[in-house]
Amino acid sequence: MDKFLRLTAAACPLDVTNLNTDQLLPARYLKWPRAAGLGKVLLQDLRFDPDGRARAEFPLNRPFWREARIIVGGRNFGCGSSREAAVYALYDYGIRCVIAPSFGDIFSGNAVQNGLLTAIAADEVVAEIIATLGERPELPLTVDLEQQTILCGDRSYNFTIDPVSRLRLLNGWDDMALTESFRDRILAFKLDDQSRRPWARPGTTG
Amino acid sequence: MATNNFLYYLTFRPEAMAAFFGMTQPQTLIDKLWAAHEIVRRQDGESLLWVDRHYVHEGSFHAFSRLTERGAMVAEPNLTFAVADHYVPTRAPRTNIGNPEIARMVRQVEENTARHHIKLFGLDDPRQGIVHVVGPEQGLTLPGLLIVCGDSHTSTHGALGAYAFGIGASEVAHVLMTQTIWQRKPKRMRITIDGRATPGVAAKDIVLAIIAKIGADGATGYAIEFAGIAIRALSIEGRLTLCNMSIEAGARCGTIAPDATTFDYVKGRPFAPKGPAFDQAVEAWSRLNSDNGADFDHEVRLDASEIMPIVTWGTSPQHALPIEASVPDPARELDPARANDLRDALSYMGLRPGTKLTNIAIDRVFIGSCTNARIEDLRAAAAVLVGRVSKVPGLVSPGSSAVKRQAEQEGLDRVFRDAGLEWGESGCSMCVGINGDIVAPGERCASTTNRNFSGRQGPGARTHLMSPAMVAAAAVTGHLADVRPLLVGRKL
Repeated sequence: MDKFLRLTAAACPLDVTNLNTDQLLPARYLKWPRAAGLGKVLLQDLRFDPDGRARAEFPLNRPFWREARIIVGGRNFGCGSSREAAVYALYDYGIRCVIAPSFGDIFSGNAVQNGLLTAIAADEVVAEIIATLGERPELPLTVDLEQQTILCGDRSYNFTIDPVSRLRLLNGWDDMALTESFRDRILAFKLDDQSRRPWARPGTTG
Repeated sequence: MATNNFLYYLTFRPEAMAAFFGMTQPQTLIDKLWAAHEIVRRQDGESLLWVDRHYVHEGSFHAFSRLTERGAMVAEPNLTFAVADHYVPTRAPRTNIGNPEIARMVRQVEENTARHHIKLFGLDDPRQGIVHVVGPEQGLTLPGLLIVCGDSHTSTHGALGAYAFGIGASEVAHVLMTQTIWQRKPKRMRITIDGRATPGVAAKDIVLAIIAKIGADGATGYAIEFAGIAIRALSIEGRLTLCNMSIEAGARCGTIAPDATTFDYVKGRPFAPKGPAFDQAVEAWSRLNSDNGADFDHEVRLDASEIMPIVTWGTSPQHALPIEASVPDPARELDPARANDLRDALSYMGLRPGTKLTNIAIDRVFIGSCTNARIEDLRAAAAVLVGRVSKVPGLVSPGSSAVKRQAEQEGLDRVFRDAGLEWGESGCSMCVGINGDIVAPGERCASTTNRNFSGRQGPGARTHLMSPAMVAAAAVTGHLADVRPLLVGRKL
């Protein structure tokens, strides 16, 4: 997994409450392997009309935001279905950071597994950044994960993130390596648990 | 080794240490479930948890690819169970699937589970069905278990007193390889439903009332315990519906302390403990409840007697209102973000502010999904439909093949067919539409499912969520309707 330290890039506002993973990646693309290019169909039904023509008014289609690597979203960003492919679609499009007042729980878990930063900023901060981007769309944002700050023009804002997620992103850590180091404890737990909760294993007659 | 284990037990499990020194604090059900699965807690607050059951489906292919890339094996194949549900046809032939992409999805789960020696309830298995219906039905889901699945509606299984939550593909791969998962302990919310639900008000109405009250992110960062006499009065089917939609309020999971209703439900199910083992289990399960005086981070209370039949009008489950209400007016919303949200939802749904909900005509109905396709749900819909005809086309997809057989034994299939509805096979079907059963663009569907997101049931589809009885009421009237007058003089 790639590390995330600091990023300066164009930021696209997506001022939508409860932007769910069905929107980020419509279900009909869930059959696709990642190699098929999920970035192409990110937000497909919002970016394109039913005939496949780009909706000019959709923020991500505006010339200055097309190459955005940061999205500034609304409350409960990424709620809904657990589909991790929604994160693949964002990442493969080029998005490395989403700033929003709150995130869907499973979505933020999936994001950190894939090097996508979910930065939680206060409602009024997000509103201010979106307003600033409305006036100066080409203004790049600088997101610093070490400092937990967002630089927007001459203003600096703080954001929060789960401290463990932050460390994972800063170091590009993989869960598996970490879990491997606890292999003995897992085995000890398993043996102890079998006598403690014998009923927890499935019956074999099913 | 024994001493080491003991020391480890005390050092890494603060609850155990407190208990050992006689300092037991009252615990919530959530605390107890968590403590029973905690292998290790790191200083930074993340815990490694043991997973008792892992359910996989066709969509888990990303995770199996991850195993192949690493050349890894499944750590505990006997604790993993697979179903074919998301992509299986529910109205077309199930052998010789016509769509090659869908056929490939079903074949993939067959191949992946065979390679890793995982039991699969595939298309030819009489136990096949929606994963969140099959787990409880087969006695795989039990009180006190920690259950994960790469599907957000895994929260369903909490209805039996399990700690169950949805995970993403990377986590599915991790669970397959280690039978464990890293988690930070969520905050604890108790939602108490006092009073008694009135006739015509179902578990679906209760959960929509909760989501309308706390919002689609009202429980983000929390695990929920549902409590109160209205919850105790619910059947297991009703509790499954309630916990199923915990995720629609943003919760990590929802759970209910197991009781006699739970034990009766579990007893005799194929994979459940039998004989003395069952009695021993019940003894342990009976302790799975919140102690008096246990501390919750947040409490919510509702009175069931005040809840009316509810429908959603918009594009988020929080857009839910009693059937007697009217579509809201964004102009009367003071918060600009919320006004925008309402405007977007109205525009997508093709509705005008102030329209009475009962004046909204529908084009089709769907009865199915992990939320509301169990036998009790089908009975509730059939009770309204018997002797009546649906004014719109619709599909009934039973939650499992076993539910289908049961319904046919009870003659419910004839009630649906006589009403003009299609009696289909079991699967996720028109809830998510990835098996090809979709609602046409612009069509309005009264649906027993869980998500009214734009495009959820197909591009441009307009979904109104409600209980099975309310869907039946919409079917026979052709518009959103209060089911209660239609129940007068009927046996429920």
